[in-house]
Amino acid sequence: MKTETIVHKTVKPKSSHSKRGFMYYVKRDWQLYLLLVFPVAMVIVFKYFPMAGLIIAFKDYKILKGFMGSEWVGFKNFAEVFSNKDFYRALRNTLTLNGLDLLLGFPMPIILAIMLNEIKSLWYKKVNQTLLYLPHFLSWVIIAGVAYQLFQPRTGLVNILLRNMGFNEVPFLTENTHWIFSYVFIGIWQSMGWGTIIYLAAITGINPELYDSATIDGAGRWGKIRYITIPSIRSTITIILIINLGRIMGSSFERAQSLGNPIVKEVSSVIATYVYSAGIQAQKYSLTTAVGLFQSVVGLILVLISDWISKKIGDEGLL
Amino acid sequence: MDRTNKKRYSSYTKTQIIDLVADIFIYFTVGLLALLCVLPFVHVLAKSLSSDAKVTSQLVYLIPKDFNLKAYRSVIGDPSMILSLWQTVKVTVIFTALGMFLTICAAYPLTRKRLKGRNIISVLFIITLYFSGGIIPDYLLMHRLGLLNKTASLILPLAFSAYNMIIMRTSIQTTVPDSLEESALLDGASDIRILVQIVLPLCKPILATLCLFYAVGRWNAYQDSVFYITRQPLYLLQHKLNLLIQTTNTTLTASEAQPDTVTNPEVVKSACIIFATLPIVIVYPFVQKYFVKGVMIGAVKG
Repeated sequence: MKTETIVHKTVKPKSSHSKRGFMYYVKRDWQLYLLLVFPVAMVIVFKYFPMAGLIIAFKDYKILKGFMGSEWVGFKNFAEVFSNKDFYRALRNTLTLNGLDLLLGFPMPIILAIMLNEIKSLWYKKVNQTLLYLPHFLSWVIIAGVAYQLFQPRTGLVNILLRNMGFNEVPFLTENTHWIFSYVFIGIWQSMGWGTIIYLAAITGINPELYDSATIDGAGRWGKIRYITIPSIRSTITIILIINLGRIMGSSFERAQSLGNPIVKEVSSVIATYVYSAGIQAQKYSLTTAVGLFQSVVGLILVLISDWISKKIGDEGLL
Repeated sequence: MDRTNKKRYSSYTKTQIIDLVADIFIYFTVGLLALLCVLPFVHVLAKSLSSDAKVTSQLVYLIPKDFNLKAYRSVIGDPSMILSLWQTVKVTVIFTALGMFLTICAAYPLTRKRLKGRNIISVLFIITLYFSGGIIPDYLLMHRLGLLNKTASLILPLAFSAYNMIIMRTSIQTTVPDSLEESALLDGASDIRILVQIVLPLCKPILATLCLFYAVGRWNAYQDSVFYITRQPLYLLQHKLNLLIQTTNTTLTASEAQPDTVTNPEVVKSACIIFATLPIVIVYPFVQKYFVKGVMIGAVKG
């Protein structure tokens, strides 16, 4: 707000000669426009051209005929998508895996952040944070590689330990239901530490006087967490929850592909991996573009709805 | 008087005990979770440094048995592995440099309130955060531009990140006082000179953060390599590793020829995993705090 008024003051004398032509501004700020040329060109070529390319969802795209030459078929591709068993499987898996991620994974960073906040020893907290953040910095390939080293039948460490203790082996990554939960828990493991950052920041922002007065009122540690910490970060929790809900249609190719294997194909195929195998590998370009468009549009609608809700709640939170 | 004192004293110890139990529980749980984040890597590291025989007889847990570097020798001795590493380093460096250039070019002008069309251009960038053509249109564009199986396909499409641009813009707005730029402007400095001589030096911390965002992001991503690259020497390291892990018969070309090499695929896989993890783990302690900072700026905006 403050900066805006300063700028207005300095700019006003220049622009006081009523309306200027566009060329005047180009001449005055040509260096700024010159800088903008590079990113704008990149965005147009590499982001907006593909958006225009979505048109082939309504065409029978043939590489030789090109984008313009290919035959217009209307919604035929979509009809085909929605009668395709593989598509439904990918859609079902995407929603199942994301839903479980949210249900089981969402509370974890909150709990962990509250626990980290309770640690008084600074060095202990720092060391643990450093270790907890680590998985976030590693690629899905590495995580999957490590996961297979641990959970493989026969040679995986966890199965070796189970066997040595006299239990049966568990097919963590080679049986459908087990795989789903392994997928979800590996995801939680990967992101729980990193997810605490935002909550820890919100907790840091709490007025310490609130805790002091709670102590005077006789609140114990649990009481303070329950009546001060959690209510204070509730708006952050809500916003993060809404953002995550908006992403429920998204799918990570790398996570599903690297953790998946042929045995669990039935549950590990998500939209991104389906589009890859049916589109790039089997070259059904129009069909899979239709799938992508469907995913993008539903995803966009969800994001817009969640943005709208979070703004509503954000306003309330401020009042 | 005496009694109340006693009561207070005893209740104090009671809460103290509860506190202590809670402390132990919390310290223990957090410590355990943190250990769970590193122990898997320690295990894989131990495996990679052990002999075939010990790994095959499943005796390796967290400490290497029959310490040796054979597996690493066969990883490094594999030319395709080294080519992939070189390709990844090359792509990461160019990608980061280009990404930073584009981010600065976009962010700085958008902080100038007098700039006409500022909002339209902002929207043009921000839309890309929420909507995209998707996998197939991206792929067909690469095909059209003749970039399939070209290193450029791993650099150009992702080089501009609207998310990083927003972080940069927010950070310029908060760290560089407008008055400073106004006075430079009055002294006759051009916009680009102000950017290079005043704004960028003041924004060093965020520049470091964004460099790391780009570099680590590029180092770890391999989706585009899977989509666009089908020729061996151009595979990114993560892509190569992925193929290696997915196939059960891990045959590193070099290891086949020599007799004194590792035959247990588990050991070779472990070595490959550590090989690809090492660069990140080495820089990680130094870069972690910058990442946290970057996330905070990004979150404040969102």
